[in-house]
Amino acid sequence: MYSASDLRKGLKIQIDGEPYIVIDFEFSKPGKGQALYRTKMRNMITGNQFTNTYRSNDKFEKPDLEERTMQFLYSQDDEYHFMDTSSYEQIFLTREQLGDNLNYLVDNMEVQVLFFGSKPIDISLPTFVNLEVIKADPWVKGDTSGTDTKPVTVQTGYVVWVPPFVEVGDRIQIDTRTGEYITRVKD
Amino acid sequence: MISPRRLGQRSAVLAAVRSFFLDRGYLEVDTPIRLPVLLPEAHIKPFSSEGWYLQTSPEPCMKRLLARGNTKLFQICHCFRKEEEGRHHQTEFSLLEWYRTGWSYRELMEECEEFIRWLVRAVRALDGIIGPDALRRQGRTISLQSPWERLTVAEAFLQYAGMPAREALRRDMFDELLVTRVEPRLGWRGPVFLYDYPAELASLARKKAGDPTVAERFELYIAGIELVNGFSELTDPDEQRRRFALELDKSAATGSNYREMPQGFLADLGRLPETAGAALGFDRLCMILMGCPTVADAMCLLPDPA
Repeated sequence: MYSASDLRKGLKIQIDGEPYIVIDFEFSKPGKGQALYRTKMRNMITGNQFTNTYRSNDKFEKPDLEERTMQFLYSQDDEYHFMDTSSYEQIFLTREQLGDNLNYLVDNMEVQVLFFGSKPIDISLPTFVNLEVIKADPWVKGDTSGTDTKPVTVQTGYVVWVPPFVEVGDRIQIDTRTGEYITRVKD
Repeated sequence: MISPRRLGQRSAVLAAVRSFFLDRGYLEVDTPIRLPVLLPEAHIKPFSSEGWYLQTSPEPCMKRLLARGNTKLFQICHCFRKEEEGRHHQTEFSLLEWYRTGWSYRELMEECEEFIRWLVRAVRALDGIIGPDALRRQGRTISLQSPWERLTVAEAFLQYAGMPAREALRRDMFDELLVTRVEPRLGWRGPVFLYDYPAELASLARKKAGDPTVAERFELYIAGIELVNGFSELTDPDEQRRRFALELDKSAATGSNYREMPQGFLADLGRLPETAGAALGFDRLCMILMGCPTVADAMCLLPDPA
């Protein structure tokens, strides 16, 4: 159990049977009054945010959260299937749960899957992923846009802006936190 | 760690505060900070120290000196309150307290206004000050021109909380509404005195003559920040004992480690003449005048193991 005085940014707590992460937090105490903990939280399953004010005797359960290393196997319809690399257990997450992560997810990639109890709720990707360019327009020097970058499409369908020398068949490294091109890689 | 520039600004505030009170004939005192007995307050948790306690305010010591015939006293000292840490709180912090016999909270509010106005002119070039009569905080200009607004707690709740203060107390929502609805709105055009608190929140203040439902207590707000708490002191030891007993009951419920009735203090209280006293969060004052985002930014050094 956590009490309100444990609240801080990043703490994960359980409210009404669902896991929440504290995204903003402020301690207040009116003169001669009681300590109040103003807390903004995000539901780790739905993504919904809400704000509440707690008192020091309020208590919270610790959510049963666990990260497991899993490999992406395949997708079928809107289901994305992963396998636990040590137990071979398989699970899936939906397209909606994965959101922008799909821009970087390719077969056999190892990711961390977050479980709430026995339920997978989210994944975290490696910070840098290498993806193959499948479509690139030739760069026209003196382009009127005045920039020296061009858009290319990688194997996941994601479009990213790269320097003019990148061509179809190249592998490029992308930062999954920002979605930006880092460098061309040889492997 | 605080920069040399900020350390210099804090030192300037400290020197100016002393000169204001000394020039007005107040005596500066320095009383013990480690005490065998404190004043029971349900929502303040003291640190234990070898069976005694670190003070949570100099109030008991100041009043015992006043009961011995002193009339105008001030003190700047460190105080300690467990579990209080945030933008405007640190567990160890500095309070400025001053007391004057023969006064009520009305005269004290006047002096408080004169004090802050004088102080801003005296220290001038600090980063939160933009003129002889103006402060700047979060991009907004706060005018210090007299007279400052005075708002009763009842008025403030009707205006900002959407619920009468009495009703908020009855529903046990007073603190939440004060913190989330009322306080953030106070003290942006100019400083605001919030006064006449419900008698239940009187603490060590006397009840108002003619209206026993409120206590003669005020708080000064600047830029949404509670800066000064002052009152006409309760001088009736029997009523004070009853209030302490209530606070001790509540303390037991909140899991506080403090249990003792301050007998010596109550004995002295019978000899205390009519008095008004105020406590000002000195680090908050520095934070505002120095334009710092948090109290920690205005402190000399944090008791951080690193």
